[in-house]
Amino acid sequence: MTPDATTAPPATAPAPRGPLREFWGYFSANHGAVAGLVFVVAILLTAAFANVLAPYPPDLTNSAVFLKPPAWQAGGSWAYPLGTDAIGRDILSRLIHGARLSLLIGIAVVALAIVVGIALGLVAGFARGVVEIAIMRLMDIILTLPSLLLAIVIVAILGPGLMNAMLAVVVVVLPHYVRITRAAVITETSKDYVTAARASGATQLRLMFSEVLPNCAAPLIVQASLGVSTAILDAAALGFLGLGAQPPASEWGTMLADAREFVLRAWWVVTFPGLMILLTVLAFNLLGDGLRDAFDPKLKR
Amino acid sequence: MLRYILTRIGLVVPTFIGMTLLAFFLIRLVPGDPIETMAGERGIDAARHAALLKEYGLDRPVLVQYGIYIGRVLHGDLGKSMITQEPVLREFAALFPATIELALCAIVFALVLGIPAGIIAAVRRNSIFDHGVMGVSLTGYSMPIFWWGLLLILLFSVQLGWTPVSGRISVKYFIEPVTGFLTVDALLSGEKGAFRSAVSHLILPTIVLGTQPLAIIARMTRSAMLEVLGEDYIRTARAKGLSKFRVVALHALRNALIPVITVIGLQVGVLFTGAILTETIFSWPGVGKWLIEAINRRDYPVLQGGVLLLGLVVMTVNLLVDVTYGIINPRIRRAS
Repeated sequence: MTPDATTAPPATAPAPRGPLREFWGYFSANHGAVAGLVFVVAILLTAAFANVLAPYPPDLTNSAVFLKPPAWQAGGSWAYPLGTDAIGRDILSRLIHGARLSLLIGIAVVALAIVVGIALGLVAGFARGVVEIAIMRLMDIILTLPSLLLAIVIVAILGPGLMNAMLAVVVVVLPHYVRITRAAVITETSKDYVTAARASGATQLRLMFSEVLPNCAAPLIVQASLGVSTAILDAAALGFLGLGAQPPASEWGTMLADAREFVLRAWWVVTFPGLMILLTVLAFNLLGDGLRDAFDPKLKR
Repeated sequence: MLRYILTRIGLVVPTFIGMTLLAFFLIRLVPGDPIETMAGERGIDAARHAALLKEYGLDRPVLVQYGIYIGRVLHGDLGKSMITQEPVLREFAALFPATIELALCAIVFALVLGIPAGIIAAVRRNSIFDHGVMGVSLTGYSMPIFWWGLLLILLFSVQLGWTPVSGRISVKYFIEPVTGFLTVDALLSGEKGAFRSAVSHLILPTIVLGTQPLAIIARMTRSAMLEVLGEDYIRTARAKGLSKFRVVALHALRNALIPVITVIGLQVGVLFTGAILTETIFSWPGVGKWLIEAINRRDYPVLQGGVLLLGLVVMTVNLLVDVTYGIINPRIRRAS
């Protein structure tokens, strides 16, 4: 609050809210987005305290309890609330530890895609000409191929594994970040404040990073939140196809791949990992939608 | 118009070259020597190695190799599978109808449910139905479809015993392929029960593959409808006393469908991505399952050719959508 505002006579209209307060006002009005945020925070905490929360280590096998059903079903026990898998590992513990892997995948992929995407987008937006055409054509090619197919090809080249699967997903999602950054840069560079900065002798790098980039943040934050869900989903699909995280990793997609052959006799080994993927992806999508509407309230109306 | 079409085709050429480069380098980026990779774990002696290098032209400069590769591709020669020794193009052509049949069923499923759901949600904005449609479509959009397929198998095949678990048709029928679409071929064959069997095998894969397009189409139809319903000409039509049905079905829908058609065109990529997973779950003998098997067997020529062919299909469909869009909407045509 500025001094003028407090010394001003009591206004008939309420005092203008700060940008953060206003943002939160729009965001919290969207119940879905708040629910998404709550779930995302819960999953983050689960991942952070996985060692404390999980009743067993994720890889601990117990040969006495193969394919034990969940506690509420006949034959289940509260020692293994969500049952055990085919080699007697506690499913709940594996899901809790899996949250770590999935969040790591989602966040690492998006972080890398944002860094590379911003760099390429800034270069394309500022350089124009041949460089721009080369970058954008390359992004078009990536967008033309079905995303999972391209990811599969990259994994086939690099070899299966969590790291390579993550790199493959980065390449697949990269074009979105490059396009958003470039579009934002082109809009922003035509504005007066950039001309003013340029006239006062700001270097190209300063223009890029201190002037233009902060003003492109909103669409990038929205894309990042939606991007985490895409990354988790794609990495899980690769894990399911046997091309992502390798067993015995407790990645949710890999757990599903292991569970596939037991679909006919043990519903719980198939149901819970997929449910976790669905809920986590849904939460990030709700959060992303909420952020987009809150950043751009005009769009919503 | 001709100029518009030619520009569009011109834009596709660099993409095509890029895809051939990707397919070409695919086999060369695999760690290790391609001949040793092809020979697999058995290993290979030095003389045979040199002979094979020469045979495949791998001893020439990379640019020359790429030239030879392009020449072959343009003549329809995509190499042979290392496992079956069949030409890649022939294998692809034999399996592709199965994927197309599934993809067509999925997109029809998505349209038949998604467009009406989107329209009703828009007309009854903020009703329970609207919230329901939006909730379901967001869930569908977030759905890991490989899990969704397993759940449906659990419910409909294991618990209820209504639908088969895998394949395209019961093994007791042998249907002569005429169109490659098994439902059509089963009808043509006149064998009793064959058509029924083919359809029952299609149901679950169709739902699984159609889920994401359904979610996207329902959302898109709703938002396009909402935009159009706010236009002045709709208010005019209402003010003239036209029935609500007439206003929605005739006046609003026509304009609302334009963005929806674009979105439908863009689903081709989504469908192929989904087909890879759906075919793997249901052992559906299409190109998606074929490619995954090629990876597991390290059958690089199949992977190389398959990626290029699928990329070409997507590119061609996108081009057709662009051109159709230009025909329907003259503003787009003039803008470019």
